[in-house]
Amino acid sequence: MATFTPTVPGQKATAGQGGGGGSAPPRRGGGGDSNRGSGGGSSNYGERLRRARLGLACGLTPILMLFVSFTSAYVVRKGLPTLDATTNQYVHDWLPVNLPWTLLIVNSLVLILSSLTMELARRDITRQAALAPAARIPGVSLGRERHFPWLSITTVLGVAFLVGQWMAWRALADRGFYVANTPSSSFVYLLTGMHAIHLAGGVIALLAAGAIALLHRPLDNRRIVVDVTAWYWHFMALLWIYVFALLALVR
Amino acid sequence: MSTPEIIHAHAAPQGFIRKYVFSLDHKVIGIQYYFLALVAVFVGMFLSLLMRIHLVWPTASIPLFGDIKPETYLTLLTMHGTIMVFFVLTTAPQGGFGNYFLPIQIGAPDMAFPVLNMLSFWTTAVAFVVMLAAFFVEGGAPLHGWTGYAPLSAIPSSGPGEQLGADLWILSIAIFCLGSLMGALNFITTVLDMRAKGMTMMRMPLTCWSWFITAILALLAFGVLLAGGILLLMDRNLGTSFFVPAGLSLTGKMIFPAGGFGGDAHFSHAGGSPLLWQHLFWFFGHPEVYIAILPGMGVASQLLSTFSRKPIYGYKAMVYAMLSIGFLGFMVWGHHMFMSGMSPYTAFAFSIMTMAIGVPSAIKTFNWLGTIYKGRIRFQSPMLFAIGFVSLFVSGGLSGPFLAQPVLDIQLHDTYFVPAHFHLIMGVAAIFGIFAGTYYWFPKMFGRMMNETLAQWHFWFSLIGAYAIFMPMHYLGMAGHPRRYSQLTELQYLAPLLPLQKFITYAAVATIAGQFLFLFNFFWSMFKGPKASDNPWESTTLEWTTSTPPPHDNFGGKVPVVNNGPYEYSVPGAARDFVMQTDPPVGSGH
Repeated sequence: MATFTPTVPGQKATAGQGGGGGSAPPRRGGGGDSNRGSGGGSSNYGERLRRARLGLACGLTPILMLFVSFTSAYVVRKGLPTLDATTNQYVHDWLPVNLPWTLLIVNSLVLILSSLTMELARRDITRQAALAPAARIPGVSLGRERHFPWLSITTVLGVAFLVGQWMAWRALADRGFYVANTPSSSFVYLLTGMHAIHLAGGVIALLAAGAIALLHRPLDNRRIVVDVTAWYWHFMALLWIYVFALLALVR
Repeated sequence: MSTPEIIHAHAAPQGFIRKYVFSLDHKVIGIQYYFLALVAVFVGMFLSLLMRIHLVWPTASIPLFGDIKPETYLTLLTMHGTIMVFFVLTTAPQGGFGNYFLPIQIGAPDMAFPVLNMLSFWTTAVAFVVMLAAFFVEGGAPLHGWTGYAPLSAIPSSGPGEQLGADLWILSIAIFCLGSLMGALNFITTVLDMRAKGMTMMRMPLTCWSWFITAILALLAFGVLLAGGILLLMDRNLGTSFFVPAGLSLTGKMIFPAGGFGGDAHFSHAGGSPLLWQHLFWFFGHPEVYIAILPGMGVASQLLSTFSRKPIYGYKAMVYAMLSIGFLGFMVWGHHMFMSGMSPYTAFAFSIMTMAIGVPSAIKTFNWLGTIYKGRIRFQSPMLFAIGFVSLFVSGGLSGPFLAQPVLDIQLHDTYFVPAHFHLIMGVAAIFGIFAGTYYWFPKMFGRMMNETLAQWHFWFSLIGAYAIFMPMHYLGMAGHPRRYSQLTELQYLAPLLPLQKFITYAAVATIAGQFLFLFNFFWSMFKGPKASDNPWESTTLEWTTSTPPPHDNFGGKVPVVNNGPYEYSVPGAARDFVMQTDPPVGSGH
């Protein structure tokens, strides 16, 4: 996959991680040891980007722990017998939920597609950020750049996914699976609902990125917001695949 | 090199609101956290005073509060535990001192994400308000203990405080989780990405290491508590049965509360597992103990070295000991559940892991003693509290291996032995860490010295008081005195223990009275104390290189460069008996 390495003249090469397709945000920014060039807190935008990604990686950890907790609860509850008060005997009350498969598969495809458009948006703005210094040189023209509104498309796809999830919950209710009436459906609503809430957070971040673009904030700021939102969005897509697989395979 | 204005992403704010209320400055936020904890600790202390009075004089009516009924007692212990653990022990050492001094000690102008930092404080403050609101709703505050055990906490009809009060309690904890997670994220990023030139990880003061490790624990633990809280709220409000088992009977009646949306009674509220809550809670709860105590360890290490005028004994061992305490802290949650009917083999595994924590703890204690051994000790108030911390850490820690053995725990579980253990090690030791930090850093934070005579009186009051309160509780526990019982006076078999309970109450009243020495000293010194110099303790770390109190960007436009380790005291051949971290390099450093 073609990657673009934005090395802005006079800046540290740490920004080079920006174009690495599929590379996770770095856990450690390589900072601190005696070869560090500048003191902490410089407004150098490569450093700010690295810091934002590091913060995001930290922020994703508790989300991961949240779903690890739900998963362990899910697996344990599935195997747990319950006391039937009428017969005073232990019975297994776990009913596999009749999931709306087609709808969920369509939703999954929509989300994966949105992850792709998000990546295109991220690369687009990375390119812009890298070329911006060149465009400022007098006499240099980069010609007219065509910018496809990948960010807006991602937002629309994200909202479409949420609407699709809403329809899936309606379908579940139509089939008689409510939040509270079977233990398995409680978990289905819990896992999909918590994912939807976190994805809605991503949609808000996308809207914020759009607002920043409309407000004509500096390109660097926009790039950091888009970049961090993109990694968050990819994480949400992976998380959905995990949740879907869990619901499909552990029934 | 960029100019200082650019380095510090936000300029010094003007106006009261931006400067003191919604400030982005980590120093202001640190002080805000500290004051939040100060308010919380006096609320929590007042609740414990009410409990002590009720235990020995059950019919006493308290002015402005009224009678204490048995269920009120449970409310008091719930709110005392919750407020102390979350809003004092988690807030002051990490949010307060960590926020103020972590960036300065690593040579950074601020935290990595100042806006997030402000948000995390205000989230915590909102959580505190929501928590206090539980006192004032119908039914009052919850009575399920700070551990919130299900199904008591999962069923609104299970007690007077379990209606709206319990919902507010869970909500407050959930909000607190969010605030702590934001803070932890900020701490980790700051440590990894904001260190000054020359400040390698192994040159960081041990305080920074302790805040860093605490933040990692918080990041991994609070998400799990949040998960538990979400499930609990669903059980209470949406009719799910994650924690509610079938066939639950309450005051003789079989209950299946509010049957969910499906209306199929056969499925509603059955098959949940109360143990699931205990697992989720203690997977958070045990690391939480270390979240409370690790910053105290860092402060103690810092102070014992500074006031003994000796390098810390075994710096690397101290770092690795803290890391292994943090790591092992995630493997031992089951030792809170020995009485839950778990398999003896599982209990054995948890027991072994728990006792393994004794090893790094002993390494730390050994190194603290090695640090002060043959030192030229200056017995000033911060040092006294640091020594008190070590004393309480040992006294409280030694009862740990007893409780860690399932066989002994069967006898000691739910007796006063347990409160004696965790109050000494998690409560008082951590509080002594906070006091040590306060007396040590107060000059830097407020520019004035605290009164030393009052501080020394406060120390002896607190140390003797703490031991007088909690040492006898061990004997109560061994004599079989159950905890959480509100009335002792009418039970025949507890009658011989009542004099000891009365002694504890007197000791508690005296100790609480002694804390007003601190409160007076704190506020009086803030305005009237003698002006502090930049480095009153002749210490080595970066916060003492800057002016007192530090300027908005911490170093007045200069970017510090670190050449030495954090504990270069009594270096042979050096001009003074201490070498600051920014001084020209001496020796090997760390």
